Amino acid sequence: MKALIQKLVESFGPSGYEDAVRELITAEIKPYADEIRVDPLGNLIARKGIKSPGGMRVMLSAHMDEIGLIATHVDENGFVRFIPIGGARPITCVGGRVRFINGAMGTINSERMEALDKMPSFDRLYVDVGASSRADCKVHVGDVAAFDRPFLDLGDRLVSKAMDDRISVAVQIEALKRLKDTPHEVYFVFSVQEEVGTRGAITSSYAIDPDLGLSVDVTLTGDTPKGVKMDVSLGKGPTVKVRDGGMLSDPRLVRWLSDTAEKAGIPYQLEVLEGGTTDARSIQLARAGVPVSCISIPCRYVHSPSEMVDYRDVQNAVALLAKVLEQPILLV
Amino acid sequence: MGNENEILQIAPQIGAEQIALLERLSNASGVSGEEAEVRAIVLEQLKPVAGEIKVDALGNVLATRKARVEQPLRVMMAAHMDEVGFMLVDSDDNGTFSFDVVGGIDVRTLVGKPVLVGKEHVPAVIGAKPIHLTEEGETERKIPLDALRMDVGLGGKNKVKVGDRACYATRFEQVGPSLRGKALDNRLGVATLIELVKHAPENVELLAAFTVQEEIGARGAGVAAYAFNPDLAIVIDSTPANDLPVWDGSENAFYNTRLGAGPAIYIQDAGTLADPRLIRLLADTGDDLGIPYQFRQPGSGGTDAGAIHRQRAGIPSVSVSIPGRYAHTPVLLCRLADWQNTLALLYAALVRIKPEILKR
Repeated sequence: MKALIQKLVESFGPSGYEDAVRELITAEIKPYADEIRVDPLGNLIARKGIKSPGGMRVMLSAHMDEIGLIATHVDENGFVRFIPIGGARPITCVGGRVRFINGAMGTINSERMEALDKMPSFDRLYVDVGASSRADCKVHVGDVAAFDRPFLDLGDRLVSKAMDDRISVAVQIEALKRLKDTPHEVYFVFSVQEEVGTRGAITSSYAIDPDLGLSVDVTLTGDTPKGVKMDVSLGKGPTVKVRDGGMLSDPRLVRWLSDTAEKAGIPYQLEVLEGGTTDARSIQLARAGVPVSCISIPCRYVHSPSEMVDYRDVQNAVALLAKVLEQPILLV
Repeated sequence: MGNENEILQIAPQIGAEQIALLERLSNASGVSGEEAEVRAIVLEQLKPVAGEIKVDALGNVLATRKARVEQPLRVMMAAHMDEVGFMLVDSDDNGTFSFDVVGGIDVRTLVGKPVLVGKEHVPAVIGAKPIHLTEEGETERKIPLDALRMDVGLGGKNKVKVGDRACYATRFEQVGPSLRGKALDNRLGVATLIELVKHAPENVELLAAFTVQEEIGARGAGVAAYAFNPDLAIVIDSTPANDLPVWDGSENAFYNTRLGAGPAIYIQDAGTLADPRLIRLLADTGDDLGIPYQFRQPGSGGTDAGAIHRQRAGIPSVSVSIPGRYAHTPVLLCRLADWQNTLALLYAALVRIKPEILKR
């Protein structure tokens, strides 16, 4: 599965420009899905199974897009000004490298700062693509770029850009491959534009009209020096989300997911995330409302070019997802 | 109709008649939520040409022009009718009213501006303490909205009431190659869409939405898109041209758009990532036909596309704006040529669009 993860995280897919990721996933899942379609915004939707007695129409969603940046201006000396796409922060940009959609590479740096203990805002940063004038700059206003950082295998721990949320894409692909028999009509959605406001999940959940929704995404951890206030650690299993900044999980579904993990001997953690949200928020609010929760992969350094997950958590997330989908789901 | 020269020959033109219509639209009062004056002009213009016209529950005008081909692309085009303005909040009982702003208005621009209140366009002025009486240091502070009053004079006192809307009193003018007036954001778009309905190409089903309440969060466009359920959407709007020199002489890196550089195609704003296929259609159309265009700088702001693209199962969307200086102040100033080129680009893109554009 590590090879698949590497392919996924190293592919290019800032929000709105997920085509390369979608092609890669399509090739992986084609033999395993009963039906595959791409919706008007570019969500990839793969169905497995049909709704049979005791089954539900279940929507899963892992987003294909990653944070990135978009060029706003090329100055007379060929420096590229930009704004972020999604929740990138200046502190993780300076000194980093980016790849534009047309292949142009560059490094981000900053205007001279008067106070070295203050981070510059984005309007003080620029990308240097090696050009010396506007005319020889390969980047134009509106071109998007993704952070460029190779996959790093540290054994149990894996590091890369775009673990958020390709690691969950990998989990959904593996769960689909593993799922032989299900009473449910399961829609594996690989969504677009999550990082700019879970937009792909709004339209895909409207079209699917599910009985139950589960997003698969990364979550923060509380296990780093003076980190966030959170009882989630790498290596202690995938999480069952209780709440995040935009969504309260259905308590019945939280119980069902937790009980399923316990019965199957799969380690899991309960997740209370104070900020941020996932596709589950949009699914929950679709049409007349949908019971939802989220299975998260604990991830350090989210929205930096070096996001770290634990491979065992990834495998346990696949196991939990497959287990949940192969039997009836009771919301009591 | 593949011949590129032919397209431009049959493309609708902006002449005296269109400018006169824009003048009426600009001078009409249509602050968000009270778009009736603008809607009346739109309906009057559309009735002779559009097949189906409907005013929906929120006040959007939804007009359909059928195609003359089998299974045409169903293209929604939207332009918002509303403008930023004011609402009277409280009466001081002597002809002055406290008020609130409707939509994005910089309160620093308001003192001394003439406005028109209510359906009868009662003239009023936004007042504050004059310079004679201003104490030292006072000019350095922003006057808060709560300290401003809209003064209708005792003459208008009985014609206006709390809850009435007010708009800027600016009258439309043509000045050389430029047009200036209030509410050109987005009566320019409304006038453009009226021309497109009148000259709708026969290869697409044109679903024209003249929307309400854009300036307070694209509220009308969402329900219009839900009703039309189109294959794709193109939004016509007005966007700021912040192309004046920077005060310290440095390079202006935040111009948003530039006057005279043609229609501004959106790639990204706060509400929408425009569909790359539709961006390409517009850019290729401009390149092939020699119609100037520019890309709006990615950044904040938004259009009706933000609400449209997330309706139902998703609607691929793009926006095109006519650049204008001093947006959301009493006077917006734009170039006639940019308007003409916007109309030409949109018309030509409609003629050239093929259903295959949406195939992945």
